[in-house]
Amino acid sequence: MTDQADAVDVKAQVEATRARAPSWLARFRDSDILASFLSSKVTMLSGFITVLMIVGALFATWIAPTNPFDPASVNLIDSLFPPRWVEGGDPRFLLGTDNQGRDLWSAILYGMRVSLIIGICGVIIAATLGIGLGLLAGYAGGRVDAFIMRVADIQLTFPAILIALVIDGVVRALFKGLPREQTAFGVLVISIGLSFWVQYARTVRGSTLVEKNKDYVQAARLIGIPAPLIMLRHVLPNVIGPVLVILTINLALAIITEATLSFLGLGLPPTQPSLGTLIRIGNDFLFSGEWWIVAFPGVTLAVFVLAVNLLGDWLRDALNPKLR
Amino acid sequence: MFAFILRRLLQSVLVLLAVGVIAFALFRLVGDPINQIVSLDTPAAERERIRLELGLDDPSIVQFGRYLARAVTLDFGISYQFRQPVAKLIGERMPATLELAFVAALLSLIVGIPMGVYTALRRGTALSSLFMALSLVGVSLPTFLIAILLRYIFSVHLGWLPSFGRGTVVQLGFWSTGLLTVSGLKAIILPAVTLGLFQMTLIMRLVRAEMLEVLRTDYIKFARARGLSDRAVHFGHALKNTLVPVITIAGLQLGSIIAFALITEYVFQWPGMGALFLGAVQNVDIPIMAAYLLLIAFIFVIVNLVVDILYAVVDPRLRTSMQAA
Repeated sequence: MTDQADAVDVKAQVEATRARAPSWLARFRDSDILASFLSSKVTMLSGFITVLMIVGALFATWIAPTNPFDPASVNLIDSLFPPRWVEGGDPRFLLGTDNQGRDLWSAILYGMRVSLIIGICGVIIAATLGIGLGLLAGYAGGRVDAFIMRVADIQLTFPAILIALVIDGVVRALFKGLPREQTAFGVLVISIGLSFWVQYARTVRGSTLVEKNKDYVQAARLIGIPAPLIMLRHVLPNVIGPVLVILTINLALAIITEATLSFLGLGLPPTQPSLGTLIRIGNDFLFSGEWWIVAFPGVTLAVFVLAVNLLGDWLRDALNPKLR
Repeated sequence: MFAFILRRLLQSVLVLLAVGVIAFALFRLVGDPINQIVSLDTPAAERERIRLELGLDDPSIVQFGRYLARAVTLDFGISYQFRQPVAKLIGERMPATLELAFVAALLSLIVGIPMGVYTALRRGTALSSLFMALSLVGVSLPTFLIAILLRYIFSVHLGWLPSFGRGTVVQLGFWSTGLLTVSGLKAIILPAVTLGLFQMTLIMRLVRAEMLEVLRTDYIKFARARGLSDRAVHFGHALKNTLVPVITIAGLQLGSIIAFALITEYVFQWPGMGALFLGAVQNVDIPIMAAYLLLIAFIFVIVNLVVDILYAVVDPRLRTSMQAA
């Protein structure tokens, strides 16, 4: 056989393989990840709950009967109604009302949305900062690396909630004079973002150290691609995998941190309640018997965090080839 | 061994210095400290005089040196809110926090280790599954939700335990203790359980994992082959070898218990350092914030150091590798 015939043969083979290659949908359908998702009832249930709650939060405006952020829609006369099925409940308020006459069901939906948005924004800031610094530390090495990692080590000796509290205090001092309604959101997002970057930085740095000695990076360097471009276009896609797991678990942590700060009175004001703020309001009424104000937001938060945690655990195991 | 301790000591000092820089920077970040001291209508000349008097026109590095020198002698300045020395405020509240942290840590060890051993030895039984499920809840639930739940059940609903405060306190010199009176002991139960629950689940999972690991080793098989009773194998051989990492983790967690105590203290209105710090954050009381930060860093560093040294003392395998290093 001649070389030419060989080449044609190879070409045909490649074409044939390409034709046979399954679509991404089929690949997903046959993948290990989906199989392991479907094989665990707990994972499916927590996935279902997570999606349900996110959808509920996203479409709060349409689902909720009233807008708890709008002072015109609430009436103080309606305050402290128990849930509908309890004696003395009002059919208008499914889960009862709080001390300002807000419908609790609506407040939970809106509060869930606030908690989610702050959690997601905080995690995005933490991930961006952590991935950036991790890449830089791993790729640059030397003094830059030593400095960034020392800072990370020191921050790691403190629990995240403590860091968030200190940052909250400082940012609060910087924003002094502005009304809390305008600053609370920013303060929370910055506190959460700066508290959780370390884990990303450490993970990304570790993988970057491995990647940067591989041939493709050397090749990219040889043909004169500038370092920032190599980091972003070539190294980053190869180190991003483990970050996904941290993202999921961190979302639960960020939401807990937001709720804790709001519960401690350092987060969102009662006029734009998150789940934590609702629990804070409810905690004051625990002794007078109005249990529903604290119970429903509390259960919502607990179930959501548990579901996201279980999903994160599953994702960690599913993406870890050693456990397959 | 000596070189190892010396190196560790040097690292600890560096960490403390770094935290000192942060604590000092806090003062700078929030603007002109003169504004915190004087009223709005103080004339400029008067402000200048106070500035000179307090040494605020010196270079930052000189001021930082002075701050550190004072901090070493436990002089952290005057609280903006209380107009009292920060050291005195923290000193008054420290016994409450340390007692709470100590009882919580003890509780988590006493309950966590047996639960871990049980779940490792009797895998798959209903009680084991229950413990594992409980531990998942303990890890996932935010501390303040657990605190509210316990308070609702045991104080509001059943009325068994007090819902806030420390009960009657006995003064022993500078130390005020609630552990000597019945009301004080009753008052510490709920906060200590709240605070210890997370650590307990952590210790339980750790003991379980370590036990499962150790039970697979050759010397356990050999001990069984020698015909030793289950009891001797499980507790004499297996458990003993799991305790080293457990003690390490428990020690390292002591610092975070003290830090996490602030949420528990807030819910139960426990008169400790955490509650003081929270109030400081709310009112931007920088001297208290900075001092608390330094104190926590100090506790962390000391605990880390002690655990490292203990580790070397307990585990002979580590000692040789340290000498080599």
